[in-house]
Amino acid sequence: MDIKHPAKAGSLESNDIYVMVEPSSEEGIVLELDSIVMRQFGRHIEAAIKETVTKLGIDNIRIVAKDRGALDFTIKARVETAVKRALEE
Amino acid sequence: MLNAVRRELPEYIEGYGQVKTFQGANVEQDKPVRRQVVIDKDSVDGNKVLSSLQEAMARCGLTDGMTISFHHHLRNGDHVLNMVLEEAARLGFKNLKIAASSIFPVHAPLVRHMENGVVTGLCTNYISGPVAEAVTHGLLHTPLVMHTHGGRARAIEAGDLSVDVAFLAAPSCDACGNINGVNGPAACGFLGYAIADAHYARRVVAITDNLVEYPNCPVEISQEYVDYVVPVASLGDVQGIISGTTMITRDPVGLRIAQFAAEVIAASGLLKENFSFQTGAGGISLAVAAYVREMMKKQKITGSFASGGITGYLVEMLEEGLFRAVFDVQCFDLLAVESQRRNRRHQGISASFYANPHNKGAVVNNLDVMILGATEIDKDFNVNVTTDSNGVLIGGSGGHSDTAAGAKLSIVVTKLTKVRLPIIRDAVTTITTPGETVDAVVTERGIAVNPRRGDLRQRLEQAGLLVMTIDELQEIAQAMTGKPDSLPPGRDIVAVVEYRDGTVIDVVYKV
Repeated sequence: MDIKHPAKAGSLESNDIYVMVEPSSEEGIVLELDSIVMRQFGRHIEAAIKETVTKLGIDNIRIVAKDRGALDFTIKARVETAVKRALEE
Repeated sequence: MLNAVRRELPEYIEGYGQVKTFQGANVEQDKPVRRQVVIDKDSVDGNKVLSSLQEAMARCGLTDGMTISFHHHLRNGDHVLNMVLEEAARLGFKNLKIAASSIFPVHAPLVRHMENGVVTGLCTNYISGPVAEAVTHGLLHTPLVMHTHGGRARAIEAGDLSVDVAFLAAPSCDACGNINGVNGPAACGFLGYAIADAHYARRVVAITDNLVEYPNCPVEISQEYVDYVVPVASLGDVQGIISGTTMITRDPVGLRIAQFAAEVIAASGLLKENFSFQTGAGGISLAVAAYVREMMKKQKITGSFASGGITGYLVEMLEEGLFRAVFDVQCFDLLAVESQRRNRRHQGISASFYANPHNKGAVVNNLDVMILGATEIDKDFNVNVTTDSNGVLIGGSGGHSDTAAGAKLSIVVTKLTKVRLPIIRDAVTTITTPGETVDAVVTERGIAVNPRRGDLRQRLEQAGLLVMTIDELQEIAQAMTGKPDSLPPGRDIVAVVEYRDGTVIDVVYKV
């Protein structure tokens, strides 16, 4: 399944994450991640985002995420919301 | 070689010298000395007023490679360090070493002087802002040396840190060089960090924007130490004195931590007549002071003293009669300056009197309770307040290590996590304060007591407080955040962290 249009969720507040998604011309999940805890949790956050998108059955997507120290459940909720918004007619 | 907090250190660091490894907080060394001071004056009698900084530099015999010093009582409002270096750069000086008691964001022009080779060495007790970032990125020619507040005074008195010319921001000064910090447009309070500089520098220049008729009373730094007086338009912006947070936190998590800390103090048995207390200016620390204030009132306790950087909040406690005196090494806000001007129980103290481990008695050793902050803590209770978790310089000990070592009970108050980063780590990025001097860590989820303090743990448990091991607290945090990846080991040393006795407790690597 592919998303239909761009959408976003979250904020740039401390402990939150801002997620933008859009249909991708490339194959697979293309992720551009920026995080204030990149060196400590970069790999971990990337995995959490990709896992959430995959679980939602999305094949091709471009994601831009700006993380301000969000915990996993926040990250997953923001990604899921952005994807679901991008699937709405 | 490994030091007593198990940090691997080289025996020799280029640009710093031979490394004396940290052996423990209270290890006896050779008998301390005060250095001999040569009275080098060029017969100025009476009027010491010069027309310019240029003239002062010439009369002081300032040359390339010399060490010049500054105090930080104007904090982020200080214009004096920038003014002096601007002039030194204009006159073509190179290779100067700066001994500043603290460096703030306002000192950003120092980055340019480092790039141009005007400044090639720096030592300080606290550093934040653009200069801290530049040093972390390797812009300074020799490693930055980080002192504690007491350690800097010790180093100057012992001759480990030799100052050629001290430039003293003097809020009020007369033509003979009698100085105080409580009067004038840039009044910033007693100049506690400038005292050792005034007494031990080869030459002393008072820079003032308030030249008054002789004699300038009260005299805090006297004419016997001062070579020259240079009038300038302004020393800086006093609003910049106001330290980070001087308001009690309203954050419910912060308040819960403060309440736990107050309960620890109550259960420790130290909260009784003649109680003495110090806290930093952070929002949680001030909230602890608020709870302590209520407990003291309720139990009708008159404390002995409160000390440290002083805020209006501690002034109120002094005026309510909760403490007999305040020992003030620097004012953190203008209410404190006002109090010092009119209240003789608001006693100014020098950095040595405050915290020098090698004199005959520092105030920190009279402290019952100290409330401290932390960026990271490891499972041996070692605390980092020097770098962030990316290894970038963001502060330094200031009085952290001094008060932790001196106080009967030193309590670190912190949230368990800050923007996903767990505060309790297997290893901290930089060790500022050794764990053997930290008694308890208080978080919103529970209290960890240093295993060295079984007596304290017992008291807290008897009082029904939520005591855990530091491992348990770490597990709670990591269950929320996940386990952080550790940074790759560093290679190039950009800063040397000295403990208060002058031994090396850690180093900071280039990022």
